[in-house]
Amino acid sequence: MPNATSQNGTVEDPAAPGVGRTRTVRFRVKRCDGPGKPSRWESFDVRVAQGEGANILACLQRIAANPVTAEGAKTTPVVWDAGCLEEVCGACTMVVNGRARQACSALIDTLAPNDGDEITLEPMSKFPVVRDLHVDRSRMFHTLKRLKAWAPIDGLYALGPGPREQPARQQERYAYSTCMTCGCCLEACPQFRLEPQPGRWDTAFVGANAIGQTLLFNEHAIAGELAPDRLDEMLAPGGVSDCGNAQNCVKVCPKEIPLTDAIAAIGRAATIHGLKRFFAR
Amino acid sequence: MSEPRRVIVVGGGLAGLAASARLAEQGLAVDLFSLVPVKRSHSVCAQGGINACNEVARQQGFSEWMHMDETLYGGDFLADQPPVYEMTHWAPKIIDLLDRMGVPFNRTHEGFRDLRLFGGSLFKRTHFAGATTGQQLLYALDEQVRRAEAGGAVTKYEHWEFLRPILAEVDGATRCVGIVAQDLRTMQVRSFRASAVVIATGGCGLIFGKSTNSVSCTGAAAARCYLAGAWYANGEMIQVHPTAIPGADKCRLMSESARGEGGRVWVPKTKGDTRHPSQIPPAERWYFLEERYPKYGNLVPRDIASREIFDVCVNMGMGIGGENMVYLDLTHKPREELDLKLKGILEIYEKFAGEDPRDVPMKIFPAMHYTMGGLWTTFTPEERAADPVMDRDSGRQRVTGMALGATNTMQTNIPGLYALGEVNFAYHGATRLGANALLSCIFDGLFAGVGIANSARDEAPDPASLAADVFDAPAKQEQDRAEALRARARAGAPDPEVNPYLIAQELGREMTDASTVVKTGERLEQALGKIRELKDRCARATLADASMWTNQNLAFTRGLSDMLRLAEVILAGGIERKESRGSHYRLDYPDRDDANFWKTTIAEYDADADAPRISYRDVIAPMVEPRARTYGKTQSAPEAVRQPETPAPAAS
Repeated sequence: MPNATSQNGTVEDPAAPGVGRTRTVRFRVKRCDGPGKPSRWESFDVRVAQGEGANILACLQRIAANPVTAEGAKTTPVVWDAGCLEEVCGACTMVVNGRARQACSALIDTLAPNDGDEITLEPMSKFPVVRDLHVDRSRMFHTLKRLKAWAPIDGLYALGPGPREQPARQQERYAYSTCMTCGCCLEACPQFRLEPQPGRWDTAFVGANAIGQTLLFNEHAIAGELAPDRLDEMLAPGGVSDCGNAQNCVKVCPKEIPLTDAIAAIGRAATIHGLKRFFAR
Repeated sequence: MSEPRRVIVVGGGLAGLAASARLAEQGLAVDLFSLVPVKRSHSVCAQGGINACNEVARQQGFSEWMHMDETLYGGDFLADQPPVYEMTHWAPKIIDLLDRMGVPFNRTHEGFRDLRLFGGSLFKRTHFAGATTGQQLLYALDEQVRRAEAGGAVTKYEHWEFLRPILAEVDGATRCVGIVAQDLRTMQVRSFRASAVVIATGGCGLIFGKSTNSVSCTGAAAARCYLAGAWYANGEMIQVHPTAIPGADKCRLMSESARGEGGRVWVPKTKGDTRHPSQIPPAERWYFLEERYPKYGNLVPRDIASREIFDVCVNMGMGIGGENMVYLDLTHKPREELDLKLKGILEIYEKFAGEDPRDVPMKIFPAMHYTMGGLWTTFTPEERAADPVMDRDSGRQRVTGMALGATNTMQTNIPGLYALGEVNFAYHGATRLGANALLSCIFDGLFAGVGIANSARDEAPDPASLAADVFDAPAKQEQDRAEALRARARAGAPDPEVNPYLIAQELGREMTDASTVVKTGERLEQALGKIRELKDRCARATLADASMWTNQNLAFTRGLSDMLRLAEVILAGGIERKESRGSHYRLDYPDRDDANFWKTTIAEYDADADAPRISYRDVIAPMVEPRARTYGKTQSAPEAVRQPETPAPAAS
């Protein structure tokens, strides 16, 4: 029930029903002041109440308001990337206890249920660190440009409806279209490596998400017109054949996108495309 | 050929991307600024769908005109009508366009676009792609803008923050000729020249602390335009979504589509019933929305559903277990159907609440969701003959839409400065109907983009004709502002009195408590006093980070100062509007008062007082007369008490 001053009944009340005992959770955070600077570890103790629904980002907010380490040293707020906070934008991806995931859906009651439990936070290792937990994933967006990941429509004026599509095909495309370019699949991939030099992006392995997007666009009636161009890229250095079939990507994808199905399908399509290209010479 | 004119677009959500694509198509060069990589913009969070008249609904009696009428009725007649006319009449064409772009709209067995029911309508007029429609539409427009970027027409400035519009005297009138922005990684502050500036920065949820909005939705960009002299309209019109999942960091949206696909809202009939919901038989459940609104049921507009849930929980104490929660129940629906149509949102609930909503009813409560008010914008009305198909229900010969290509389309009161999407005040009046937001954002970009291109080409001065100082001076002021903040930085926790994060928390609590579901003049005045105190503390705020590299602490504190100014606009508009209309519900003035308040609230910044000045403009309503907005409520509501006019008894 709202207290005396709360007419809209939404005031935070630590004593509210459903919110239980508080405990201390220790965060070990790998920090870095900027590109080329050394990394260091800092620890923070954060008070969390059982049942309040706290996630890692709520704890980082508490650290920002009180940037003092567990040892009592004054420091700066941790820098991190965040957006929707409901696991649909991909921004807050980081390495939590050794595994890449979205920090927003990493709930403290699950990860650190007991007083004194520890959570380790690191930036993704396959992208250049900007500062602390914030990394630069522009390579992923660059790859989408290289793959012509769009439908080459005839402009924005009204030209009638799009193609009809069978529900099964729509469902297949929809699954790939929920990819939020978060990079979990790349962090987990043994073949995808850190490449800070943009000049080398076009020959380094594109990674699972890009192969999934290739399938998504090749399967659409209008976007599919550019399928030969995309398959050319898939046959080039860094294309689908660089996949080592470790299958980590599909295990870590937060949206459970069938990435290995896409790798298999695009692998076959690229082979056929290569043969056609060879005989058409 | 000469260099193309440049247009700046601030914000890369649906409105900013649609505008960028349209401007690029019109042959202009676009500089697109965004706090985040545009593909991560807040539009991804929209779930339920996008409204448009369609052939099935048309055969059932629906029309574009009715879509317009529903939108006006939903908004309690506060919206100017010609923009709503134009938007609803473009809607089917926009769906077709999105379809061509490859949006994976859900399909019927035969491969046609599937439709669902949504709030404020009795017809299925909502197109959807699973329960992540906003994400899917954003991606489609992101792809088209990436295509324009690859072709050289669009240049992206991602992780850049808009700091202020640059105004200059051109031919005796003030005009927007560029912006000052900061790279949030290198912290470089610089000016950019443009022949037109488009603000498409969305809503201001963060002012309310925990809302359904993304962390970038601070309202700071709109506030900066307001501080520069742009009018802010209907600031008091804030939508509280009835169904959100309360959390520690935000309230996550539970889409209206859950009710559109059959979800039922209920509480136990017995106060304090502690049984598990599956143990409570149907006869012992109170489906209060269905009982109170037999016609619309669970699909009444959001402000009404929020007030009813609030009434049940706060006034009657009937919330689940005495808490401020009600059930949103989908457990009667087959799992396969739920997964096909609602998987995205059910997974969000499962991940964040830890229970499977296919098995257990969800627990939800209202949360701040959408900003109907925003930067005031204008347009050129265009009277034309009513369309025999689209306007068949209008009973009119003539209708009034907007003139395509007019250079004032969605222009603020400052020439050259435009506002599109959620950041403007157009379209939604006093409440937005579900699945109209995606439509208004895309329509704004596509429709207004034509006029903005004309303005940049034909009306804007030659950028080379403006003196360098016009751009250098405001950039220097912003540089100094950042330096002044940095000079106050010291490591460690600041005193709570001047801790920016704690000031922001206090702002959020105060605004949520004083100015959401129910309001009173007294409480709003009290909140205004609190904001003045917070402004004073914010002016002395102490940073914990003096770095000149990716200093989020600095950006946060600077934004907080601007959010406080916008909070004053929201409160002042609420205090002055002494009536109840749509989302603005005043306990001390529970009725709508058309005689005095069928008007647009305008807030102008008074720099000397550092406070808003409130005035009013008439609503432009050439087509539909206001009528009582009851949605057929059956009992003890203010509307139901009023009896319809009965004819005088016949003389005997």
